[in-house]
Formats: sequence, C-alpha cells, structure tokens
Amino acid sequence: MTVYSAPGTDGAIVNYESRYDHFIGGEYVPPAKGQYFANPSPVTGEDFCEIARGTAEDVEKALDAAHGAADAWGRTSTAERANILNKIADRMEQNLEKLAVAECWENGKPVRETLAADIPLAIDHFRYFAGAIRAQEGTAGEIDDDTVAYHFHEPLGVVAQIIPWNFPILMAVWKLAPALAAGNAVVLKPAEQTPASIHYWMSLVADLLPPGVVNIVNGFGVEAGKPLASSNRVAKVAFTGETTTGRLIMQYASENLIPVTLELGGKSPNIFFDDVSRLDDDFYDKSLEGFSMFALNQGEVCTCPSRALIQQGIYNDFLAAGVKRVENLKQGNPLDTDTQVGAQASNDQLEKILSYLDIGRQEGAKVLTGGARADLGGNLSGGFYVQPTIFEGNNSMRIFQEEIFGPVVSVTSFADYADAIKIANDTLYGLGAGVWTRDINTAYRAGRAIKAGRVWTNSYHLYPAHAAFGGYKQSGIGRENHKMMLDHYQQTKNLLVSYSPKAMGFF
Amino acid sequence: MRQLRETHGPLMFHQSGGCCDGSSPMCYLEGEFRTGKSDVLLESLKIDGVPEPITFWMSGSQFELWKHTHLTVDVVRGRGAGFSLEAPEGMRFLIRSRLLTEQEIDELSETDADRVV
Repeated sequence: MTVYSAPGTDGAIVNYESRYDHFIGGEYVPPAKGQYFANPSPVTGEDFCEIARGTAEDVEKALDAAHGAADAWGRTSTAERANILNKIADRMEQNLEKLAVAECWENGKPVRETLAADIPLAIDHFRYFAGAIRAQEGTAGEIDDDTVAYHFHEPLGVVAQIIPWNFPILMAVWKLAPALAAGNAVVLKPAEQTPASIHYWMSLVADLLPPGVVNIVNGFGVEAGKPLASSNRVAKVAFTGETTTGRLIMQYASENLIPVTLELGGKSPNIFFDDVSRLDDDFYDKSLEGFSMFALNQGEVCTCPSRALIQQGIYNDFLAAGVKRVENLKQGNPLDTDTQVGAQASNDQLEKILSYLDIGRQEGAKVLTGGARADLGGNLSGGFYVQPTIFEGNNSMRIFQEEIFGPVVSVTSFADYADAIKIANDTLYGLGAGVWTRDINTAYRAGRAIKAGRVWTNSYHLYPAHAAFGGYKQSGIGRENHKMMLDHYQQTKNLLVSYSPKAMGFF
Repeated sequence: MRQLRETHGPLMFHQSGGCCDGSSPMCYLEGEFRTGKSDVLLESLKIDGVPEPITFWMSGSQFELWKHTHLTVDVVRGRGAGFSLEAPEGMRFLIRSRLLTEQEIDELSETDADRVV
C-alpha cells in the first residue's frame, strides 16, 4: 500500500503550477480578457490552481497558430510523425507515476486506476497510432490499360477537439493521437471541471511537438467551446459529452458544412444468463467483478454498465453475491493505492447523482446497498463522494433510462433470451453492453442482437487501442480507437490519371 | 434567471440526456438551439423580472420516459460543461424530480395535445 502525498504538499512526487494560461503556438499565452477561474480538486473540494478563462479572442489566436503549423505538419513523413508519437509515449512512460497522481488529484479517481489503466492506455494509444500511420497506404486502381485511379490520404487541416472530464488525459489522447498521426493540427479545449492535468502532460512533451501543432484553450463551454465548435476555420469537430450539446455542435457544423464525431453516452445493459452460476469457479468470480464494474471510475464512464439484467433462475443468489461484492469495495482517499472507489469529479455531478437517488426511491426502486453521499471524514469531508449503490426496480423507471454518471446500478430480472434482448434494447442509447454466459452460441447471438457499438463478452471495461469504440442510436456518430479512426481525420484524394496520348473522341 | 436574462437576452432551456453533463437542463439564448419536430415544449416559464417566458424543451423520445414526473429547475454550486450560459457564474442548473400526482396526470392528459409542437 502507498498513499501518495497530495500535489503541492511535502513529499509530493508531482506538483501543479499555480496558474495555467492557454498553450498557443508552442508557448503559454495569457487570456485576452485577463480573467482566470479557480480549479478545485474533487478529493478535498479545495482549489489548487487557477486556469485562464478563454474567450473567442483566445480561440482565434489558437486557430491562427494551428493554421500556421498545419501545412508543414501535414507534409511531414509518416515516419517522422510516428517517431514523435512514440517519443511522446516514451516520455509519458518515464513519468507514468507522476501523470497518474496528477490525474488522480485533478479528477478524484483512484490512483490505483490511473496507474493501471488511464495512463498506460494513453501511452499505448500513441504507440498504436504511430504504428497504424506507418502501415497505412493509399491504393492504385487500374481502371483500364490507360487509366489509373490513385487514392491518397490527406489530413483535414485544423481540427477542434472538446474533451470530457471523466478521463481528462486518456480522452484527450483518444482524440489527439489519431489526429496527429494523420497530420492534422489541433485546437483542444479541456473540460472546465478538469483543465489542469492536460497542461501537466504538455509540460512533459511540449518540446517534442512543433509549435502550433497542438494548442490548448481553456475556459467554459459557452465562452471558449462555442467559438471553437462554431468556427468556420476548423475542418472537423470531435466532441464527447451529452445529447443536447452534441446536437448544438451538429447545428454549428451544418452551418460550416464540416463533419463531426460525437460520443454522447449510454445506459449500457450488463446481462447475466443463468449458466454463469453453473460452477463456483474463476469465471463465476469474474462475472461478479463484471457486475461490480458500474463503480469503476465512480460510474463516470460513458459505457458504465448501469443496468444489470439477471436471469430469473439465478436472480436471488447472484444478486446477493453481487451486493456482497459491492459492499466490499474500498472507498477512500483516491491517493491511496488500495482505494477502489474515489470522488465524483465535481459538486454539480454529486448533486445530480443525489437527485437520481431521490427519484429512484420515489419511483419505488429498492435500495439494496448504498444510496447516499459518503462522508469519509478529515479533509476528505469536503470532497465529492457517493456510496456505490444498487437499485432493484424495472426498466421503465428513470434510473434505468438515464445516464446517472455515478456509482449506481439498476438491477432487474429477465425470463429468457428474448426477454433479455428486449430489455437490453429498450433504451435511447447504444454505446456499450455486457454479455455473460458459458454458452458460445448465446454469447454470439446476444452480442449481435444488442443494438450497441461495443458488446463486451465475458468481460467489461477493457479499452484496447485497436478495438473500435462508439455508439448506435442516440449514443453518437462515428468511432474512436482502432485504425479506422484515421479515416475520421483524413480526406481522400483521388488522382484520376490517363496515360493515353489519344483524344477521348467526344469533341 | 434575471441576471442571465439581463446579461445575454431572452433565454430557453433544452434538457440534455447522455453522459458527462447529460441529464441536465442546458440554458441558451432563445433560438440558439434549434428545436424541431423531434422536440417537445414542456412549459413556458414565467419569471418575475424577466419580460418574456423562458421556454423549456426536451427531445420527444426523452419526454416519453420522463412524462410521469414533475420537474423543478434548481440551481447548485458547480461547473457544468456543455455550452450552458450559467457555468461561468460558478452555478449549474439541476433538475429535481418528483412523481406527478393522479390529479396532475389527469389535468395534463387534457392538455397533452398542446405540448407537441
């Protein structure tokens, strides 16, 4: 067990600056209007740095820098870009522990998770796209003996990326790595709840990137995000967030006739068929861990398995074992490597979760464990902690239909395969799902029948770089991860070439 | 609301769904968010000191799942993302919900036809 010292205190392995400006054109630039906002750590609720409050003027400056850099960056060889991405990955690996503690302090998530998942996954993401871009080739199509169609990949130019607060570094890297590999320059806006850790990351890698290739404008959505998303100087907008802002970003994009990728969340079903309990073995233990995965990252994951569907034959026993498993989760100081459940990322997020615990009870759902704010005492009392909570109810309740984005699972039973699929698909969303069974036919059929972009089968919450991630239905448009992501950041250039000296004969 | 109205102009809400800052009411300048036939106008809120009603919208598919509940737009300390106007003020609009009473359901069913725009 290790308890890391909080950044800014004695013995800390990583410290934040007291203030972060915008990172534009390779250097730090103060905000045009001179305003800053305070950035609290969810661990204690206390402010630890201040952040530039960006406006349209700052966004324009960042776009100037990005446009100044985009052409040269887009013409670099894929080998050169891949080498830079690999060097970024190496630099992050050398500073993995520091990045992990910085991210923990910024977001409130347990350092156990950032050490084992967030930062290693981010490192691997750069390496994956470094490899993918080297291996990518255009095509040459022989139309006839005299005519050849060449297809080249070209970067889009300058792209806008708006990052969520639940995985501040990893979600930024999901967007940055493919965009940079494909040769785009980026203007990135971190979430106002978690604006600082990306600047710590930048402090480690800034010397590896040509000035203007990655620009970071901080600020509030309405003041900085909107001018960026609605700018006619960006070739694409990538956004992770929720449906209303997603629609608004599409509206802006329609004015500029540019593409968007949107990842807007879900209400993912996690389905446990009777046969998981056939043996009391490793697989049964794994399936109970799978049930508990709703508490990972305090439920602040777009694919949180927030609806557990358990078949009637095992319902009582499996659920009882699941409750026991969840009650044994260790919630505490996120800086303690033993802690499994940390703090929610912000006060308003905490309040929203509590409002759902309220309506869940009012609708008649039964609280099997948890159900309230957690007061961890000491200086953690000011932090934003919620007890992992299990509700039992039915799929028409609002807690089964809306993304709470907290450590809350809503459990119901199903009779048979058809019933399971019907309940699983009775949702507005389709981002993730889980299927747990020992029968390969059931696993395959269920996986294909569920209308969601990713169906974890006998697993959950794995995020390898080379598996496509994205939503069906109202969960969004486009994909992240996988080499197909390069297409989302590239134009197709077709050169249609005639090698015949003869006139075509039309005129 | 009075402060936001004075700073920005006429206002509207659109209730969000989905992750991160979803399940939250987003406050925009009236007309900033283009509503269409997929949306339902739940209410035009009248507020003292605000000259025009503030419209409250939700997507029709979400409304089907929410229509048995009474919604209150509350405000808490916080920092919503999205493009909602109150975020820079250090405040965040928050929906609180309760079940509609039988009487309210009866009354609303009579006016339901007026809601769908």
